[in-house]
Amino acid sequence: MRMPRSLILGSLLTMVFAGGALLSFIWTPYDIETLAIPQRLQTPTGAHWLGTDQLGRDIVSMIMMGARTSIAVALLAVGIGICLGVPLGLVAAARRGSMLDEVIMRGNDLIFAFPSLVIAILITAVFGAGATNAIIAIGIFNIPVFARVTRGAALSFWSRDFILAARVAGKSPARISVEHILPNIANLLIVQSTIQFSLGILAEAALSYIGLGAQPPTASWGRMLADAQTLASIAPHVALVPGLAIVFTVLGLNLMGDGLRDLLDPRIRVART
Amino acid sequence: MSLLRISNLSLSIAQIPILHEVSLEIAPGEIVAITGESGSGKSMTALATIGLQPEGAKVEGRIELDGTDLLTLTEPQMCSVRGARIGMVFQEPMTALNPVQTIGAQVAETILQHEAVSRTEALDRARAMLNRVGLPAARFPLSRYPHQLSGGQRQRVVIAMAIALRPHLLIADEPTTALDVTTQARILDLLKDLTRDFGMGLMMITHDLAVVAGMADRIAVMQNGRIVEAGPTAQLFSAMRHPYTRALFEASTHEVDLPPAPPPEPLLVVRNVVRTYRQPRTRLFGARPEVHAVDDVSFTLHHGERLGLVGESGCGKSTLTRAILGLEPVQSGTITVDGAPVWTGLRPNFEVRRKMQVVFQDPYSSFNPRHRVERLVAEPFNLLPDPPRGAAREARVAEALVAVGLKASDASRYIHEFSGGQRQRIAIARALINDPTMIVFDEAVSALDVSVRAQCLDLIADLCRRRPLSYLFISHDLSVVRSITDRVMVMQAGAIVEQGPTQQVFSNPQHPYTEALLAAAPKLPDMKKASHGT
Repeated sequence: MRMPRSLILGSLLTMVFAGGALLSFIWTPYDIETLAIPQRLQTPTGAHWLGTDQLGRDIVSMIMMGARTSIAVALLAVGIGICLGVPLGLVAAARRGSMLDEVIMRGNDLIFAFPSLVIAILITAVFGAGATNAIIAIGIFNIPVFARVTRGAALSFWSRDFILAARVAGKSPARISVEHILPNIANLLIVQSTIQFSLGILAEAALSYIGLGAQPPTASWGRMLADAQTLASIAPHVALVPGLAIVFTVLGLNLMGDGLRDLLDPRIRVART
Repeated sequence: MSLLRISNLSLSIAQIPILHEVSLEIAPGEIVAITGESGSGKSMTALATIGLQPEGAKVEGRIELDGTDLLTLTEPQMCSVRGARIGMVFQEPMTALNPVQTIGAQVAETILQHEAVSRTEALDRARAMLNRVGLPAARFPLSRYPHQLSGGQRQRVVIAMAIALRPHLLIADEPTTALDVTTQARILDLLKDLTRDFGMGLMMITHDLAVVAGMADRIAVMQNGRIVEAGPTAQLFSAMRHPYTRALFEASTHEVDLPPAPPPEPLLVVRNVVRTYRQPRTRLFGARPEVHAVDDVSFTLHHGERLGLVGESGCGKSTLTRAILGLEPVQSGTITVDGAPVWTGLRPNFEVRRKMQVVFQDPYSSFNPRHRVERLVAEPFNLLPDPPRGAAREARVAEALVAVGLKASDASRYIHEFSGGQRQRIAIARALINDPTMIVFDEAVSALDVSVRAQCLDLIADLCRRRPLSYLFISHDLSVVRSITDRVMVMQAGAIVEQGPTQQVFSNPQHPYTEALLAAAPKLPDMKKASHGT
């Protein structure tokens, strides 16, 4: 089968940033904790491929370290969403129409009703700024997304005959959910995860932009952007680079999500062949 | 002069030939039926005629309508032919109508698409067409939406759309397959009348020989993309020159020999069972209306007995099945198997459920596509307190597969590698693996081609000879129930209106509803009588 073009391009973009983040664990061109004020605001040169920022730190190194923060925060936030949202969705689907289903889904609606970023700001403002609180704040808003996707997809399977056959075989709703439903909706959840992942990166950037994300000296794309904006007229590249990093990562993840959906969704696959 | 003349039509998709040299003629006012099993190319012939073959299909030959070769027309020219000169009726009335448009708007749209008339005039003509297909203005105003109509009524709207511009040719692709038998009879009558009145040619595509036997002037039998036999209906049935025609006919009238049932000893006892559903409220603070899906039903299935349950859609047979299998509790009444209730307190009784298994209708949705056959067939082991493991488990799965005519090695394959008939065998293997005392066949052969259906019925009869098997055979199709059951029950609107020995009920129905069902069922001509007649 042919790979969708969007999947190839998206995976490449994602891999560039994920690779950079991984590489930063063992090597970065410069140490980002050493300040070199004399070399500040340099334009790209052979020594500093993307130049230096207002404190003379190498921007390539900063982007690599920032990718680490972004990916870690987004990954953990998606993890929270999956670990809590998917079981909630499965339970709601298994007990569809019951009081429990109502409670879960109306709880979801409640979270959905608040603008996510505003609540994330509230949470970080109350419990203190920092990467951990950012993860929790973003993670909470992933729960209803996964719960809803899971419930909707699971419901369409609960009406199928093979589920009825499993019930006749005496399997409990919990076992049916894990054995029969989950593997059949896994592709949908994978696609949703990549999309939530890109949203998580955006949210992390937004939180650190207003100073509520990871705190210095941890590098973060959002704060790089915030720090550079006042210098935009003198050294535009300092603001441009983290901005482009955010754009390309989010674009890559979205393309990958689209491509994965094309690849994994049997309905689309049938339509194409 | 013929209205439609298809000559040497061949069609292939990606080098795979689908149709070979199909030739067919339809005269004005004539009904020509194309029949055959799934994959025979009958629907593809219809689609090619209206120019809707799948993209990339290579078509050769000639399709002449009123003397013009449709294959030489460009797509815009074909668009003006479709709807205006050729109308089409599809199988599934539930999806053929747009749910957010009124029926008036949908019929009028066909007219506005092809003729420069005012909207008012189009609506007037739509009204006249709906009247003609049996949807009078008093009960069916143009402002009705599809969801407010029954399946048969929707199919009438679809027909009204197809004939709104009085096309010369009407193509009906399995127009009654999704409908109940009494509704089917009325729709077939309507199609027959319209063909005569309008002088249209009707190309009728169906898998059911009995349906066309009563209405077609000529029949073409297709197999593997070829017309293997064609001729005037009476002549075709009396001659049956081609072995495939004979095979098809024999499969349609297939009867199995059941071994005699043992002396009655109650196995499943259903007493005064009531199951009601509460519907959503229609007004904000109104009471929720209740529907009696199963209304005071009582019957007994004896050990070794084969019991049939017949009824049209919505009569409550599925609800009753779920109650018997212990999947849902009932409001009142009792269901016991060998004296033990299927539902104790708030939980289903596993002791009892172990004795029952079920085979569902749709071979395509009754298996988890991500599991291997071995795991699918072994699923009921879950009911056993000490399920077999390892080699013992493999042996049991192999035994069950062999019992239904498959190979033990099939256990390691995935379900999509099997045909519909094979899947239904796997479903039966799954039902047999625990050696249940009783099996529920829920429309188990309804979705199968006639020849595959005949094989499945043979398999069931064969299993009855080899092991003590009691079953409840649920079907909307009277002809199937006739030979595969000892006793039959007829269900209408949640109640059992008649029950008795199968042959007796069929030959001497007591209840008017049973009579109506039997009268509406399409019949094949008696082959012996037909062949003596010529």
